[in-house]
Amino acid sequence: MTNHPEFLNHPGNAALKAGSNSLQGEYLLPSTDAVRLINSDGTAHTGTKYKETYALPDAQRLLQGYGELVMGRRINEQAGALVRQGRMAVYPSSFGQEACQVAATMCLRGSDWLFPTYRDTVAVLGRGVPPMEAFEALRGDWHSGFDPLEHRTALPATPLATQLLHAVGVAHAAKLRGEDTVVLALCGDGATSEGDFHVALNFAAVFHVPAVFLVQNNQYAISVPLIHQSVAPSLAHKAIGYGMPGERVDGNDLAALLAVLGSAVDRARNGGGPALIEAHTYRMEAHTNADDATRYRSAAEVAQWAPRDPLLRLEKYLHDAGTLGSADAAGFAAAAEETAKALRDGLNAPTEPDPLDMFRFVFSEPTAQLQEQGRQLAAELAAASTEGGRP
Amino acid sequence: MTATPAVEAPELSGVQSLTFAKALTLAMADAMEADNSVVVFGEDVGKLGGVFRVTDGLTARFGEERCFDTPLAESGIVGMATGMAINGMRPVVEMQFDAFAYPAFEQITSHVAKMGNRTRGRVRLPLVIRIPYAGGIGGVEHHCDSSEGHYAHTPGLVVLTPSNVADAYTMLRDAIASPDPVVFMEPKKLYFSKAEVDLDALRSRYDAAGRLDRADTVPSGIGHAAVLREGTDATLIAYGPSVAPALAAAETAAAEGRSLQVVDVRSLVPFDDETVNAAVRSTGRAVVIAEAPGFASMASEIAARIQEHCFHSLAAPVLRVTGFDIPYPPPRLEKHFLPGVDRILDAVDRLQWEES
Repeated sequence: MTNHPEFLNHPGNAALKAGSNSLQGEYLLPSTDAVRLINSDGTAHTGTKYKETYALPDAQRLLQGYGELVMGRRINEQAGALVRQGRMAVYPSSFGQEACQVAATMCLRGSDWLFPTYRDTVAVLGRGVPPMEAFEALRGDWHSGFDPLEHRTALPATPLATQLLHAVGVAHAAKLRGEDTVVLALCGDGATSEGDFHVALNFAAVFHVPAVFLVQNNQYAISVPLIHQSVAPSLAHKAIGYGMPGERVDGNDLAALLAVLGSAVDRARNGGGPALIEAHTYRMEAHTNADDATRYRSAAEVAQWAPRDPLLRLEKYLHDAGTLGSADAAGFAAAAEETAKALRDGLNAPTEPDPLDMFRFVFSEPTAQLQEQGRQLAAELAAASTEGGRP
Repeated sequence: MTATPAVEAPELSGVQSLTFAKALTLAMADAMEADNSVVVFGEDVGKLGGVFRVTDGLTARFGEERCFDTPLAESGIVGMATGMAINGMRPVVEMQFDAFAYPAFEQITSHVAKMGNRTRGRVRLPLVIRIPYAGGIGGVEHHCDSSEGHYAHTPGLVVLTPSNVADAYTMLRDAIASPDPVVFMEPKKLYFSKAEVDLDALRSRYDAAGRLDRADTVPSGIGHAAVLREGTDATLIAYGPSVAPALAAAETAAAEGRSLQVVDVRSLVPFDDETVNAAVRSTGRAVVIAEAPGFASMASEIAARIQEHCFHSLAAPVLRVTGFDIPYPPPRLEKHFLPGVDRILDAVDRLQWEES
């Protein structure tokens, strides 16, 4: 470990300070245009200057990413169908936002950490969490189904922006121990209005931790459009207020996301400190199955976003480039179908959560009072099963 | 982690006269010495040593990575501690004052308290949130709240409050060693109270890694109340800042020919029903004393538990002596708010003695 004055003079900070104040400010501000490498019609985007040079990922990486997009889309479709059939309590869909989900996991190593939100189930599966473990909370059997430590993936956060601080803490602990872990924390545009968003970015910058914040700006916080959340020039502009670089990226362009997010993750890993990235995308479906999006936005508005779909865009690009063969496409589709089947089979199989689990995990050892309450419930259950009534 | 250049603190050992604050400092220092995953942070805890000097000398001794100041945001302090605990550290964080901990309330209730349960025990958070609380120091608004009830009401939190110098040391060490998150409520009017303690004896309860040595006969500060004074006529049940007036009331009552037993709850959660019930059954009368407003409070919970458990042993209803149901009063009025000896003895007088 180094001592405090050294860590305030971290190489990343020193690099920022090396430039003049105006250059530093320019570097912290996002590019004038959101970074895009592939247009929505599948052609390579050229001619726009960004503050950094972002190279198009190589063909193999894009092909792998395409496979992940196919998987993500299939998961969203299947989960949507299953929630309509009553197999799950709720499903917040990331339909249309799959490029952000895929980029988030593709830019991390296994030893890194991901802090997802409730809309990021596709990213959780991308971290290698078995489908049924990822879906246990959505089915309503328990609050979680997977081991966060095993997958170095936090449980999806339901409160907004609170998990960003946990990400800072994990990153700070890793830094104190000299590990090269990077922590990627996800949130939505609505969450940027929360106090903990501000606190987390400030702490991350002050402690110069290896954390990257990815805001999936899908334009809506349930029914409230972005204009009611913020009138900042962009959400990425908020970064300069914390002394960290911000960047805007086309959130439906996986190539651009991989380049921008990859650059931020590399920078964090090399001691450059945190960064804020705003991805422009669109929530194609309602907030959840319990929401009615027709009450607050028009079909015409949604239709405008359909041609910008992340999957179609990359498919066209890879097809035109001759990278995506029919064997690849069939392989990706088969893998996605296998996961969809696992979800169907898993969610169609009856489960019976153990009511006594409610008392087991509150403390590392149940208190005398919780043991007593557990015995009381057990007696009620036993009476109900034998006599159908009170003991 | 690599070793930090330590400034050697003058090592205290044996029998020492210590302040409550110094006992807390030593508890943290000893825990940090035993386990380098223990880190201390909060507002002004570094160079200044905390506004009450409880972290005095820790930065000098252990370095600025083990004891450090944070930006001024309590949700950030607790949220970051949560993440650090997820990633293998044992953070001990300081909230500067009771009422200034409220910005951290969402982190405490929605995450710290629930993490073990929601992960089916896969992620435990061994962190301690130290909160100076309660009044009696002439503090202005927002500096004197008795906020323990909020935490005790939140399932998943261990809530401790020491009332004397020896407990300040052992209970804080027990809190740091706990696998579960602990809200550690420090009665700020006791910070500069002094007592002689045998540090060697207190330290001998812990093994080299800082964990409570289970072979020791002294029970953990977690889940154990203590009978501080034996008595036969009635039982006074108090905790934290209210233990001293309870003991003083028992002393006065003894001079008047009435024998009062005093129980220090110590551990609000888990609550030691066994010790409290046995004490109340032995006298048949009970008064519960706490500074917090009485409505929907810890004192009310204790009174309710006693009546559920000890009904047939009771010669009188359980009475409560608590703060009034008002926001904490300004400094010149707090003497009328705090449960004192007279109010406690008045309650004892109302325990239906004429009918027994």
